Parts: sequence; C-alpha cells; structure tokens
Amino acid sequence: MKKLMLLVLLLSTAVAFAQTPEEKGLEIAVEADKRDQGFADSSSKMTMTLKNANNDVSIRKMRSKTLEVQGDGDKGLTIFDQPADIKGTAFLSFTHVLDADDQWLYLPALKRVKRISSKNKSGPFMGSEFAFEDLSSREVEKYGYLYIKDEAVDGEDAFVIEVRPNYKYSGYTRSVVWISKEKYQPLKIVYYDRKNSLLKTMSVSGYKQYLGQYWRPDVMVMTNHQTKKETQLDFTDYKFKTGLSDRDFNKSSLKRAR
Amino acid sequence: MNRLEGFFSEWVIKRRVIVILLSVIIVGVTGSGLRHLGFDDDYRAFFNEHNPELIAFNEIENTYTKSDNVFIVIAPKTGDVFAPKVLGLIEEMTQDAWQMPYSRRVDSLQNFQNTYAEEDDLIVEDLYEEANDLSTVDIKRIKEVAQTDPLLSKRMVSEDGRVTAINIVLEYPKLDSGKELKEVVAMTRQLIKDYEAKYPEVGFYVTGVSFLNTSFVEAGESDVMTLVPISFVLMLVFMYFLLKSPSAVFGVMMVIIFSDVVALGMAGHIGIQLSPASVPSTQMIMVLAVANSIHILVSFIFSMEHKMPQRKALSESIRLNLQPIFLTSVTTMIGFLGMNFSEVPPFNDLGNIVAMGVLASLCFSLTFLPALMSYLPVKVTYQEDADVEKLAKLSTFVIKNQNPILVIMVGIVLVSGYLTTLNRAEELFVKYFDETIEFRTDTDFATGTLGGLYQLVYSVPAEGKGGISEPEYLENLDKFAQWLKQLPETINVYVLTDTMRRLNKNMHGDDPAFYTLPESREMAAQYLLLYEMSLPYGLDLNNQVNVDKSATRVFVTMNEVSNVELLNYEVRIQSWLEANVPASMQTPGTGPLMMFAHIAEKNINGMLKGSILALFLISIILIFALRSLKIGIISLAPNLVPVVIGFGLWGLIYSEVNMALAIVVSMTLGIVVDDTVHFLSKYLRAKREKGYSTERAITYAYTHVGKALVVSSIVLTVGFLVLMMSPFALNSDMATLTTWIISIALFVDFLLLPVLLLKFDKDEK
Repeated sequence: MKKLMLLVLLLSTAVAFAQTPEEKGLEIAVEADKRDQGFADSSSKMTMTLKNANNDVSIRKMRSKTLEVQGDGDKGLTIFDQPADIKGTAFLSFTHVLDADDQWLYLPALKRVKRISSKNKSGPFMGSEFAFEDLSSREVEKYGYLYIKDEAVDGEDAFVIEVRPNYKYSGYTRSVVWISKEKYQPLKIVYYDRKNSLLKTMSVSGYKQYLGQYWRPDVMVMTNHQTKKETQLDFTDYKFKTGLSDRDFNKSSLKRAR
Repeated sequence: MNRLEGFFSEWVIKRRVIVILLSVIIVGVTGSGLRHLGFDDDYRAFFNEHNPELIAFNEIENTYTKSDNVFIVIAPKTGDVFAPKVLGLIEEMTQDAWQMPYSRRVDSLQNFQNTYAEEDDLIVEDLYEEANDLSTVDIKRIKEVAQTDPLLSKRMVSEDGRVTAINIVLEYPKLDSGKELKEVVAMTRQLIKDYEAKYPEVGFYVTGVSFLNTSFVEAGESDVMTLVPISFVLMLVFMYFLLKSPSAVFGVMMVIIFSDVVALGMAGHIGIQLSPASVPSTQMIMVLAVANSIHILVSFIFSMEHKMPQRKALSESIRLNLQPIFLTSVTTMIGFLGMNFSEVPPFNDLGNIVAMGVLASLCFSLTFLPALMSYLPVKVTYQEDADVEKLAKLSTFVIKNQNPILVIMVGIVLVSGYLTTLNRAEELFVKYFDETIEFRTDTDFATGTLGGLYQLVYSVPAEGKGGISEPEYLENLDKFAQWLKQLPETINVYVLTDTMRRLNKNMHGDDPAFYTLPESREMAAQYLLLYEMSLPYGLDLNNQVNVDKSATRVFVTMNEVSNVELLNYEVRIQSWLEANVPASMQTPGTGPLMMFAHIAEKNINGMLKGSILALFLISIILIFALRSLKIGIISLAPNLVPVVIGFGLWGLIYSEVNMALAIVVSMTLGIVVDDTVHFLSKYLRAKREKGYSTERAITYAYTHVGKALVVSSIVLTVGFLVLMMSPFALNSDMATLTTWIISIALFVDFLLLPVLLLKFDKDEK
C-alpha cells in the first residue's frame, strides 16, 4: 500500500513537470504569435525622442506600415519624415524565418532604390538606443525560449521567459521578456550584450486593443544602462486592415511612398 | 620665551605618562583615516576640476563614445599581417575582445565595415570572415583595402603591413573604478598570455588609456612596496651609526611611524586619494622626521656624555632645540604648503601630506620622543670628536681665502643662471615611466610602428542639428583633414569625410570618379542613415558623430612629438582654422596629450608664484626670528643660490623639465633654509651673547653646528637618493634635482654664507 502511494505521488509529480521550461517558453511564444495573427495589415506613426547622458534631446519622426505574411516573416515599410534632410527616405524590409532579411532603401536625393546587403541588424536604429532587431517582427523560429517564472510588472501578471537568438549576428546573447498573461505582449524586455552583461531595458506601456483582438502600445522606452542614454518611441494613429497588399511593399512602391 | 621653553621642557618629562598616552591616542584617531586611503586610478587626477582642457575633454567624452581603451598591437615576426594564420589570429582575438568586461566597441582589421557596390546593391560587411577559408585572391583584396583606405591604413594597419592593432573601447560604470580597471587589466594580460602561448611567432604590445591608468597605480604601488621600506631601513641603519644607541634608534623609528601614520591618516580623513606623484610624501616625512629627531637626540646624548642625568639631559635637549626645531619645521611646512600653487592636484596633496607630517614630527620629536626616551636605557661612552678640528680648519681656510671664494661662487652662480635658460618644459606622460615598465616599452613600440597614444582630438561643430550633412561643412572639414594629413608630424587623420567619400562612390556603382563628397545636404544625410542602418552592434558612428548630428570628431594620430612641438602644432592648426574655415567650425585640440602639454606651463607659472610667496614668508620669518633685517637679507643668498645652481646643472645635463621639477623650488627652499637657520643662529649667539668678532663667530658656528648640518644633509640626500630609484620619472627626476640642491646647499652654507657675513656683517669699529 505504501509502495503504491509512493508510485502515485511520483507519477503525479512527473505529469505536473512533464512540460520542460523550454517547452513552456516556446508555448508562450507560439501563443503570443497566434493571438497576433490575422490583422492583415497595419500602420502607425512614430516619434522617436533620443536623449544622451547630457540630456541633449533629438527628435525623429516616421511612419510605418506592416503587411502580414502567412508562412514567412512580415513585410515592413518605414517612411522617414523628420529630420527634414531625410524626409521621403523609405525603407522596405522582408523578414524571413530562416534566411537573412531582404532590405531596400529609397534615397530621394539620389532618386534611387538601393538594396542593402548586410547581415547586421544589431546596430542603432537612426542613432537611437533601439537596434533594428528590437523593432523588426519577431518570428517564433528565430529564437530559443526558456520559461523562468511568473512575475507581475506594475501589477500586471506576466510570464518571464528568456529568449536566445538563433542567428549569429545578433547583438545579444539573450534577453529576458515579461509577457503579459492577459495580452500576450511584452511589458518589459531586458537585453544582455554579447559578453552577457546587462545592456538595455525596454519598458512598454499604454497598450490598447484594436479590432477587439490586437494589442498595441503607445510608448516604448529603451534605456541603455552602459551609456546612460535613453530613447522614447511614441506610437499614434494605429490603423488595421486598411487594404494594403504586396503591391504596396515592393521596390517601385518605395519611390511612391511619401 | 625662555621661561616658556623652561616650563615646557620640564613639563614634558614630568608628565611623560600623559604625553605618551596622548600621543598614542592622537595617532590612533588620525590613523583610522588610513582605511580611506587608496590610489586614484585615472590619469585625469593630474588635472583639477577647473582645468579648462579637462572640462573641454570631458564634454567631448560625454558627447561621443568614451575614449578609455585598450590598444593591442599585433606584430608577427614574419613581418606580414596578411598571412592567413595572422588573419585568423586577428579574427579570433576580435571575437575574444568582445568578451572584455565593459567593452563597448572593438575595432580591428577583421571587423572593419567594408562597403562596396554590386549593381544597385550596397554591401556592408566585415572585411573578412572565416580566415581559414580565404583564397589568395581574397587576401589580395584585404591587403588592398587595408593599405589604401584612410580609415584603415596607418591607423589599424601600418603602412608596410608589418603590424596591426585591435582597439577595445571601454565604458566603465565607475561604481568601483579600482576594481573595474583591475578586471580589464587582468583579463587583457590573460588574453595576451594565452595568445603568446598559442602564437609564439607573434609579438603583442599593449597600450591605451586603461593601461596608462593602471601604470600610474602600479608605479605608485611599486614605490610603496620597494622604496618606502628601503628608505625606512636605511634611515634606521644610518641613525644607528650616528647615535650608536639601539634605544635612540627605536625612538626615531617610533617618531617616523607616528608622523607617517598621522599624516597619511589625516590625508585619508580629508579624502585625498594617492597618486604615484604623492606617494613620495611617505619617504619625505621619514627623512624630515629623522632630521627633527636627530637634533633632540644629538643634544641629549651630548649632555649624557657630559654626565648629566638622563631626564635632566632630555629636558635640556628640549629647551635647547625648541626654538630651532620649531622655526625650521615652520619654514619647511611653508615650502611644502607652497605646492598648493601647483596646477596639479597630486602635488597639492604631496605638499599638504608632507606639511602635516612635518607638523606631526615637530610635535612628536619635542614631546613623545623625549618622554619615551626617559624610559629607555641609554648608555654612552664619551669620545673626543675629531671632526671639530677639521671644521675649525675649514673655517680658517674660508676666512683666509674669502675673496677668491666669493669670486668663484659669483662666477658659478652667473654661469648657472645662464644654464637655467637651457631648461624647457616637457610633459610627455609616456616618458613618466622608465623602460623597466612594460607600458612604456609597449607604447614606444606602438608609437614607432603604428602610432599609439600620441593623438589629438578635434570636435568640429556644425550649424544646428543635422548640420554635419551640409556640403559647406563637409567641404571645410575635408579641407581641414587634407591639410592635417600633409603635415610632417601627422600619421593618420580619422575623419567622417573619408566615410562620406567612400559611400558616395559605393552609391555610384563604385565609380572612382565619385570618390567625392555628396553634393547636397539631403544626400549626405540619407547616406548616413543608410550606412548607420547597416552597421552592427558597437560599430556605430557615435565615436565620430554626436547624437543630433551637429558635430563630428576628428582624430589626429601623430609621430612622437615634444611638448613644445605639440603646442606649436596646435598654434599652426588654430591659425589655419582661423584663416580657412568659418568661425563656427573653429575648435581647440583636446585629448590627454593636449591636457598634459598645457599643464606644464600653467604649473610652472603657479609654482613660480608659490615659490616666491614661500621665499617671502620664509625671509620674513627669518628676519623676525634672527631679529636682524640685514642678516635676513643675507640669508636670501644661501637659500636661493643652491636652487639656481641646481637648475643650471639640470639645464646642462638633462634640460627637460617636467611638472615635478616645478615644485622642487618651493620644497627645497623650505628644506635648505634649515641649514642657514642653524648656522646663522649659532653665529648670532656667538656675536650677541659672547661678544665674538665676526671671524670668531663664524668659527664658532662651524664648530658647533657644522657636524649637525653635514649629518642632516646626508640624511636628506640618502632619503632622496632612494627616491631616485623610482621607475616613475616625476618622482625620480624630482628626487635627483632635490638631492643636488640639498648637497649644494651644504657647500653654499659652508663657503658662501661665511664669506657674505665677512663682507656685509663686518664688526663695528
């Protein structure tokens, strides 16, 4: 009888822990991806405020459009409005799950579209504390996941998972992401650089739900702990399902994008 | 005064228990500050917070990426950095360098962001990857880029392709800067050790700001570990030979320890951080404490030899020495406090620490020392002193030959005065370290092959945010860079316009005809946007361009240049800027090199004021203490002449004067004046109390203080001789000159002073 009890106990424990932290982490990432599917296309306006250790402020403005692609990474188009000397510059990117992303830039001063061949996505985006890889779409397959614990962020319950990039050219060894249990969107991300030292923290706030399903934030603040610089990204004018198609995301559409 | 002296001298012995207890308590309380005492591990410690060059430099550091770095020069013995094995090493080390704690950026030949065009594609990538798989064609391409692109050639790779470098830029959190620096240094040394084992056919040389900083700390620590104990033991051995009493040596030892503990403890309490330039304070206090104690002990032993009971002999010694020790300590303190006029904080600290130490040794040698000695067994055996006879003979000789001596001395002073003009200010911080220190030899190697620490930085402002993209700005910047490049001193100019030209060429299908500046502001801004989006982590443009793109930073690497050459170079640059670019673009050169170059002159001017003030105060004190204006004025000569001869000799032999020598004047004034005080007070006593003639009074002074002067000069000389062994030039040069001046002072007091007295203090007829 005692032996049977022990066996039951062991079995039930095994069942409870059947899901490894890796599996749970992946499950959360997949769920997040699933919940964000079906928005078709979206657009928004962005204002980027850069601040250095001396508190000097610098502002950049841009608009972005995203086209959801089934079975591969999304397509993105970013049009720069400010500062004036880069007004009209437009950036097109096709994110891919496994291959390197395709990127094109339209330079109005040159009146030409240039394809950028670079494996680098870890450099600062427009001199800000955001790297390009922090802003591009996060495809589930590009990372490894590890569930760590549950922890609330400002009273909001969240899963804490560790995310490790699978590609060589990332600027990070890992990041730790707090994903809201309610929204399945990140509330906070802490980045560790290539030598695994604390590098940056991104705080995401002002989530609103669109079309009764898709959560989008109003503000992202990226703080660099090593340089004490900070960048705030404000989003406005979110629009969804505006009828964009592949035709709006190709080389010739780049020139037209104003 | 006499009554006070009598009362005090008896009180010290009567209340000896209290005196000893009180001393120990004071030492304990002040000494507790020792735990706050540490080494300042930043070369910026040599500049005070009001220093305009430091302020300008810090401003630039806050605007762009910091310039704290570790610079590793890689020199394969085969003389070819483009050999596949060496290229592999560079790639491997670049990867490893990213693991350096606090690293923000790593630049090497391998991760140089090479840009080129392929039809309408812009390709941005590492100059090479997977070095093992490179073909000869690839290597040829790498070589060509490395030797033609101004962003690499003569910066990351030498012109002859024999050496290359990896530059690691660090951003220290500065939470525990000592620990952080040690981590980086330890990791770098381990890295080099591993690579030396793995690649025995390659030489590695390490320099950069972090290693400069650590060399300052290590130079200071090495002085503390070696020279301080040597000085200590030498002082005790010397005291034993002089006094032949173990008890007396023990007494002196306690005074030395107490004075040092009080001074350094106080330094800790008031928040002074040591630097290698202020470490000598420990030894100086030792030497000066010995000089004070000698007088007490010599008089005491003299009285004992003349059968006076021990305690009576001690009281008598205090009574006799109270005034001269007090007087000489005050003048010595004034000399050291004069260092507060130095522009260099470590010298302010040095002066203040020693002044506190002298004050402590004054108190301890007049109170604690005799109180302690009263408990210790002292045996003396009277011996006839043969030296007195020699001194009497010297006196006769000087009196007899006063005219030739005067002529010769005046001649020496005039020649020396001329020779002092050969001295020139020289402030090369690399040369602060002698060849026994690896940083010096490694930096010399780097400078000789690639250019290392000899770098000037110009932050060139543009008009308004984004203004660096204006064609006019870029043209002027380019003109500036081109002009700088053709100067004979220049090795490399690292400037944004070279990147701009390159990008313009890339955007036009790599057509060499477009290796020009972009023609419009929009174009330049859009190139930069494109380029920045393609750069990897850590290799961004912030080392060259500020955040709102309103200024760029130009780095000029130079050959080894002297202080004067550097300042001339800067003068030429400034006048060129004035004549050729708009006023908005004019900007001074900055960087550590510039800061040290500017401080030389400022420090000399400051110390000139300090020294004149010290001389003035000391002379006033002498006039009052000796109660004679005439004697006070005569005393100026033996105080100043040694300094003049010393600097003349320096001009003849070395001629390069660094910041440490500027403090020597004030310091030695305070020290050499002691000899004069002792000689003159004995001379005046003989004249006034005993009614002797000038000649007889001079002989009296010779025979009564001559030996004490020789002994104290020897103690001082020995103390500073030890300091001359320091591998740190600021200390060893200062010690060398001080040693000379102290020795010369003895001769001057023995030869010139009596002659001057004979000439100007004649007996009234």
